[in-house]
Amino acid sequence: MNNNSENHSGVGLEVRGLRKSYDSQEVLKGIDINVEPGEIFVIMGPSGSGKSVLLKHLIGLEPPDAGEILINGESIQAEQTLDKYRLAMVFQSGALLNSLTVGENVGLYLYEHRLKPPAEIQKIVAQKLRDVGLGDAADKTPAELSGGMKKRAAIARALVIEPQLILYDEPTSELDPLSAVVIGEEILKLKGRTGVTSVVVSHDRDLAFGIADRIAFISDGRIVAIGSCSEMKQSRDPAVQKFLRADFKLEPESETKNL
Amino acid sequence: MFENIGEIILLFWRTVLALPFAWRQRQKIFDQFFEIGNASLLMVCMLSFFIGAVLTLQTGPVLVERSLASAVGGIVGYAMAKEMAPVMMAILIAGRIGSAMAAEIGSMRVYQEIDALRTMNINPIHYLVLPRLIALAFALPMLVIFAILVGWFGGAVIAEVNNQISIPFQAFFSDLRSVVHLKDVANGVFKSFCFAIVIGVISCHQGMVTIGGPRGIGRSVTKAVVNSIVCIVFFDYFLTRVLLNEQ
Repeated sequence: MNNNSENHSGVGLEVRGLRKSYDSQEVLKGIDINVEPGEIFVIMGPSGSGKSVLLKHLIGLEPPDAGEILINGESIQAEQTLDKYRLAMVFQSGALLNSLTVGENVGLYLYEHRLKPPAEIQKIVAQKLRDVGLGDAADKTPAELSGGMKKRAAIARALVIEPQLILYDEPTSELDPLSAVVIGEEILKLKGRTGVTSVVVSHDRDLAFGIADRIAFISDGRIVAIGSCSEMKQSRDPAVQKFLRADFKLEPESETKNL
Repeated sequence: MFENIGEIILLFWRTVLALPFAWRQRQKIFDQFFEIGNASLLMVCMLSFFIGAVLTLQTGPVLVERSLASAVGGIVGYAMAKEMAPVMMAILIAGRIGSAMAAEIGSMRVYQEIDALRTMNINPIHYLVLPRLIALAFALPMLVIFAILVGWFGGAVIAEVNNQISIPFQAFFSDLRSVVHLKDVANGVFKSFCFAIVIGVISCHQGMVTIGGPRGIGRSVTKAVVNSIVCIVFFDYFLTRVLLNEQ
């Protein structure tokens, strides 16, 4: 999460046998995934399947009960790994600090680590906000932003770190389709611009198939399918098929009922 | 509270270890200091004036009746400096500032702002706890000095205007000066410094362990205030014992 590395390209991520329980409930039941450098890897699955918990493990917010997470082959549990590689996370709610303005939020990492002089930080913040289409929002407070703007501000805050691995937690939840498309485009643009490795947790099928290089499907704390978009669509796993084919099937009420 | 004592001590120790980073956080310390002073000064003023007044009203007539009028200034001055101002101001600050700290940090925890800080490699203890604790540790003793002076003034005013007491202003302070020494005031100020640490650590800890939504934040605020007040009274006894032995 620090700035020591000069390498701006994405990093490889490997998860081996990851397990996590809260009280007696096992949430992750042995997760194994391998994300290539520069890849957009989407983890899909229904609510409560363990997606967000997995993401928190990937950035070191939660310690695993068993298993290991490796970044370019180095364990994330070793402190120097987090100092060596720059990781960032875009939270589902944005998680902008409400006591700060949008500009202060975006520049927080640089300011707190004293990485640049204040004038330069302001320039970088303005640039990053322009990159995500929020050029005029620097002086606003998070409370003044819409849901989509908050997410884009959170992406700008992550961009300031110049991450080698960026994690997105439900980036399009609570957004209208137009805003969701904008967020998807931002994720793709970022990959094109910096070659960052992206792990996206989502249950948004359109987003997943729109941006993913590969998709993993998690169900009940296990990865049940993994592959490219076309491979995922052809998966014979019943949980995957049920999720992908879920649709509204409203049957018209019978006339007898109406009577 | 008792199940969390270990965590509270650990948080305090980690904050002590973070002290070398205090200069970096000077702007936030100043902001917190200003907020504590700004939010509390008027209340401190009113509360301490009436505490001094009530002390005089309770003791004055009884002592004057027994020809002990010269003791009123000393008793009020002594009680105000060593006990009433530090304890009452600490309780006021626990309610006014401790609750705000627990609510603010608690909502940051619930809405993942603290997780966001961690992902940016920003230590929440350095960023959130350290500035609040330092600001409180300076602000509360200063408020207590102010409260002692206002309390004495309140006591002197009532001593003069109340017909049953009728001790002139100058006589009240002359009696007070003959009993209360600088070390008695320092005694009260030291107590308030200890109470500030107690309030700060308990409130910040309660905020940091908040879970759930708005109800969880409300629960944390209540716990922070109640636990702080219980600890203030508890530590007051032991500090008083220790400080009495020092004399």
